[in-house]
Amino acid sequence: MNRVLLLPLLAALLFAGCTGDGGKADAGAEEITITGAGASFPYPLIAKWSYEYHKLKPNIKINYQSIGSGGGIKQTMAKTVDFGASDAPLKEEEYRKMEGILHIPETIGAVVVVYNLPGVENKLKLSGEVVADIFLGKITKWNDPRIAELNPDISLPDEQIIVVHRSDGSGTTFVFSDYLSAVSPEWREKVGKGKSLNWPLGLGGKGNEGVSGLVKQNPYSIGYVELAYAIENRISYAHIKNRAGKFVEPSIESVAAAAAGAVASLPKGDESWAEVSIVNAPGENAYPISSFTYLLVYRDLSVIPGMTEAKAKALVEFLWWVIHDGQKYAPELHYAPLPEEVVKLNEETIRLITYQDKSLL
Amino acid sequence: MKLRVPSFSILNGKNWKFTPDTIFQIFLGVISIISVIVLAALLLRELIRGAWPALSAFGLGFLFSSAWNPVTGEFGALPFIYGTIVSSMLALLIGVPLSLGIAVYLTEIASSRVRAILSPVVELLAAIPSVIIGLWGIFVLAPFVREHLAPPLMNYLGFLPLFKGPAYGYSVLTAGLVLAIMIIPIISSVSREAILAVPSLQKEGSLALGATRFETIISVVLPYAKGAIFGAVMLGLGRAIGETMAVTMVIGNNPQIFTSLLHPGYTMAAVIANEFTEATDDVYLAALIEVGLVLFAISMVVNIIARAITWKYLKVQEGQS
Repeated sequence: MNRVLLLPLLAALLFAGCTGDGGKADAGAEEITITGAGASFPYPLIAKWSYEYHKLKPNIKINYQSIGSGGGIKQTMAKTVDFGASDAPLKEEEYRKMEGILHIPETIGAVVVVYNLPGVENKLKLSGEVVADIFLGKITKWNDPRIAELNPDISLPDEQIIVVHRSDGSGTTFVFSDYLSAVSPEWREKVGKGKSLNWPLGLGGKGNEGVSGLVKQNPYSIGYVELAYAIENRISYAHIKNRAGKFVEPSIESVAAAAAGAVASLPKGDESWAEVSIVNAPGENAYPISSFTYLLVYRDLSVIPGMTEAKAKALVEFLWWVIHDGQKYAPELHYAPLPEEVVKLNEETIRLITYQDKSLL
Repeated sequence: MKLRVPSFSILNGKNWKFTPDTIFQIFLGVISIISVIVLAALLLRELIRGAWPALSAFGLGFLFSSAWNPVTGEFGALPFIYGTIVSSMLALLIGVPLSLGIAVYLTEIASSRVRAILSPVVELLAAIPSVIIGLWGIFVLAPFVREHLAPPLMNYLGFLPLFKGPAYGYSVLTAGLVLAIMIIPIISSVSREAILAVPSLQKEGSLALGATRFETIISVVLPYAKGAIFGAVMLGLGRAIGETMAVTMVIGNNPQIFTSLLHPGYTMAAVIANEFTEATDDVYLAALIEVGLVLFAISMVVNIIARAITWKYLKVQEGQS
């Protein structure tokens, strides 16, 4: 009985092995697997890239593990992966520890303020100061004069505001708190920015789905999620007042406008990005709560154990493809494509990458 | 007919004979003891090494501080310890009477047909993955608590600090209810075994003396099985303390200590699951590992107590039989 079962299984395995080898031989190139690890926020986009790139170059596989920015930075530091990914730039201290690390912003994400006000869909207007005071617990009612002032055409209910935030450490929280710190001195002093915070009040939901679940279930609540998540799940989001004083609806265009507005102040790829932030960016149409997310690559790839010249070349070519052709996959997944200026900056950065001092492009 | 039963001759010191059997026993004993010790030591070493930056920075104060601020790097585990203990105790408070009721009903009262259907159903509860129970908690239980359970509690018992509003549905109470559901299968099935082990002579004696069935259950069956039942409760407590997914989905995840059960809370397991992936700071990571160390210590203690009680109970039973 056992043998009867075993034989076809063996045959199938052998066959699978053969076809696998055959495929490799056809491509006429060595099979290369590039591993990366890090942030979960850009994961859908990176997964799409790795799928499309594999179709383009069948001998190259990109294996990306979305273990969180923290894990990504740690693995990059330990040189166990070929590239890392993080939603926040490396801190000054981390940057100094990881000698020769490069930041390559690969896409832009935005955070939207979502709310549940029965009858008021997608038209609430808020300013950064008001959002900060709601999350600080200083504005507690929906009909507070400061909210009413921004929304003269909406009749706001006399109800307690239920604040919802992320309970898990996340890049989304980082961007949101980065923005609040930029617009509210009190927030900066009392809470600050980070992936996890000491929240003054509110309910914690796990992940975007946890926060949106809480907001959907609790009338009169307010929270924040990623743009893509809010669009796909049709949750009402607020228009936010930007630096130019205009109320801007979050969209791929307004997020890209924010990145373009911040370009002038960006450092070079091999410098520290610790202070980089595109929240509250200047520009008429810039949506103020947005952020780059970064790929982290060593300048000299030979520092990574097991790296070969062929693999280093494949990685650099993949990065080049990501910042050019790869960008066209961003909008369908609700990420904003990089503005021209950032692509140029990245080109310079990628040209810096070497293998044993040999240039790869 | 003589069966050669490999008796535990070394353990009770009787009939000491140097046979291949005893050598084999010693060999197995040494191996199992070593493997357990090595495993425990490795685990402890890793935890302590990982937690060292936090251990040295905060010392014992870590256990009594309720600061949890990843931005400024101040950490204390008190809200998590509090949340874990309160939600687990709540689970026991709700779960134990229900489990005992189920166990007594299934062994003493239900007809055999009902028993054949009901007892697998109760045990099947244990097979539901905790994330599924958590989802059910989000979509069914939390709204139920907010709309139907909390309002009467606040109306009639609102003068107690335990039931102060407002209620969001995501609360320590909801977590306690979810945990109660998760520990009922364990406690009820172990208690059922214990009640089944009560000799029928005892029960018949009690009935013969004129006791009603209720009196027999209360004064003969339960006291006889109480050791094992206590062990079962401790096993349930162990599960409740360590449960992560279902709790973090309904407890509201707020690291503050509220006296009201209708307010959100946080548990040790939940904070580790939530914050570990994005913790980049050394001290932050160490603080999370130290929370793990505290959790490990508490569940070890609970399990040791459970073992000790079950052991004692087994000895008593052996002595009686």
